[in-house]
Amino acid sequence: MATRLQFENNCEVGVFSKLTNAYCLVAIGGSESFYSTFEAELADVIPVVKTSIGGTRIIGRLCAGNKNGLLLPHTTTDQELQHLRNSLPDSVVVQRIEERLSALGNCIVCNDHVALTHPDLDRETEEMIADILGVEVFRQTVAGNILVGSYCAFSNRGGLVHPHTSIEDLDELSTLLQVPLVAGSVNRGSEVIGAGLTVNDWTAFCGSDTTATELSVIESVFKLREAQPSALVDEMRKSLIDTYV
Amino acid sequence: MAQEAGMFTVPKTIGSVLCCKCGILMQPNAANMCAKCLLSEVDITEGLQKHVVIIHCPECESYLQPPRTWIKTQLESKELLTFCIKRLKNLNKVHLVHAEFIWTEPHSKRIKVKLRVQKEVLNGAVLEQAYTVEYVVQDQMCESCTRVQANPDQWVAAVQLRQHVSHRRTFFYLEQLIIKHDEARNAIRIKQMDQGIDFFFVNRSHAGKFVDFVGEVAPIRKRNDKQLVSHDQKSNNYNYKYTFSVEICPICREDLICLPPKVAASQGNLGPLVICTKVTNSLALLDPFTLRHCFLNAEQYWRVPFKALLSSRQLVEYIVLDIETVSSEVVVGGSKYVVADAQIARVSDFGKNDIIFNVRTHLGHLLNPGDYALGYDLYGANSNDIELDRYKGLVVPEVILIKKSYEEKRQRKRNKPRSWKLKSLNMEIDNSTRGRDNEEKMDSEYEQFKRDLEENPELRFNISLYRNKEYQPSEMASDIDGDDFPSIRIEELLADLELSDEEMEDGSTRE
Repeated sequence: MATRLQFENNCEVGVFSKLTNAYCLVAIGGSESFYSTFEAELADVIPVVKTSIGGTRIIGRLCAGNKNGLLLPHTTTDQELQHLRNSLPDSVVVQRIEERLSALGNCIVCNDHVALTHPDLDRETEEMIADILGVEVFRQTVAGNILVGSYCAFSNRGGLVHPHTSIEDLDELSTLLQVPLVAGSVNRGSEVIGAGLTVNDWTAFCGSDTTATELSVIESVFKLREAQPSALVDEMRKSLIDTYV
Repeated sequence: MAQEAGMFTVPKTIGSVLCCKCGILMQPNAANMCAKCLLSEVDITEGLQKHVVIIHCPECESYLQPPRTWIKTQLESKELLTFCIKRLKNLNKVHLVHAEFIWTEPHSKRIKVKLRVQKEVLNGAVLEQAYTVEYVVQDQMCESCTRVQANPDQWVAAVQLRQHVSHRRTFFYLEQLIIKHDEARNAIRIKQMDQGIDFFFVNRSHAGKFVDFVGEVAPIRKRNDKQLVSHDQKSNNYNYKYTFSVEICPICREDLICLPPKVAASQGNLGPLVICTKVTNSLALLDPFTLRHCFLNAEQYWRVPFKALLSSRQLVEYIVLDIETVSSEVVVGGSKYVVADAQIARVSDFGKNDIIFNVRTHLGHLLNPGDYALGYDLYGANSNDIELDRYKGLVVPEVILIKKSYEEKRQRKRNKPRSWKLKSLNMEIDNSTRGRDNEEKMDSEYEQFKRDLEENPELRFNISLYRNKEYQPSEMASDIDGDDFPSIRIEELLADLELSDEEMEDGSTRE
């Protein structure tokens, strides 16, 4: 189910939040409405944590993570690191990495199995990603843009990319990521998908400027319509049974 | 670019996305909205004028461009389109791509123009939109039409050209110059007067320009005056009538002059008897015996004005009996002269008596024994000139030859039409002062003028000659004569195009 919201009158919610299957990080805002929207959706299922990274509120663009781990830039302070380690479940490995490109949210986009990274990322960082997040790493560009984290967003069920992506690129990315991909826009024609949208396997949050058409595209590609946490299990059960003799 | 470098590039097909507003499939663009949604969203013609009032004068079909200019155009013309677009404000905010007229009923007093404009909207998408501007035409007479209506033929400035001589050669020449340079296009009336021509203009500046032009081609003295016609007390506007009185110097080509002592001294004691060889805005004087020459411009002339002793009316024909060159060829001011001693006799005396004159002449290069020449008969003349009397002890020669005469040969060709013709200005002739005699005199003077043109290529320089359609060149060819009198080559003539309104001179490259 996709929700429309705003952070302090700004529609770029993907900048101020990070949503994964195991946890959700939210920036500290003047009013509590941003946090309470997330709470309302996710409170029972996963922890919603208020934090800052390096003293800034643009946490969505600075960190990258999935249900296995969370990577933080070198600008993260020790207190923030400790706070996150305390608030997140133990299965999630929280690690600060030394990387020249410190906006990890713009450089890395991942789901629980595959990650796409900025082509200029360090080799050590790539190994760290593979190690901590437990994913297969691919260096790629999206529609000719090297900031893959800004121009695409994907979960385990589907993905949305920059609207100018050609069909060949779409096929290639889809093969790599093993999920269905669609080219589209968010926030009334904005091409910066990663900043306007944050998504996990059963829910998505996007800016309030998003039109109904865009919302329907998001809901269909990420398969959010019928998605409830319990429905995931039913689906898996169906696929586990091979044949009825 | 990559292809030029030889790299393998993957062909890129652009996929389609859904329009973020209406959801139809479309090619992605900068705004990610289909054109219709974009149009509904943004109106780039907002703030642009859609209704304009323009003012039109029904008399002269012109449109007002404030504050004062009236532009004459036809309906649905390019100039009118440019004018209409200029009248729109704020059009510099958008980029104009195309403009055209939409048909409206001619009497509806409405002009409709369809404009297509482009502007950048949202995030870099350039939108093109067409819109219509409606112009309401209001009728109002322009100032010149009101003035004409109030009092037609009302002139504001007049130029009175005068030359106090008994012939009109100068005015024929000036007429041709004026036609060539099209200087009389602003004159509303041209009137031929005794010893001159009057030109009437609507604008003082037109008259001033005309006077300046005349000043460049003839040595003149001018003055101007104005007369108050009306006075508006409230706005302090004064309406005047301006008159320019222009007097042309009475010395013409081929005149014999006795210079006043002051002038002769100032030019280095130039022999008091001189011939005027050329008149432009200065006079060229030549002493025929010493071949010295000088130039007097208008100011110098009018400081000490002098009259001609004898003018071309008084030329007498002589026959050359013998000629002996004295000096070598000298180039004076562009023309060649050779001083020679000649034995001549008057044609009227020839065969009747033995009166022979031995004279010195400057035409040694032209004359051969048996030729005819024209000159001034000082032997038989009774001159009443004050200047001549001032010179004590001056030896006056008996004859001064001026030019070679082609009269004999002309007699043979008297009735043949010329291969060229001249145009003339549209002049009013004041019939009351003219009698029958005057007309004949005018005609013979005009004929003489045409002969002058044939004989003098430098005179032709500033004038346009047109080909005479009635002339049959085949008649010329049947006449086998040796080299006879000089005539104008066919290459110098301009073809006279048969256009009613304009005269187009396509022969300018030929000359």
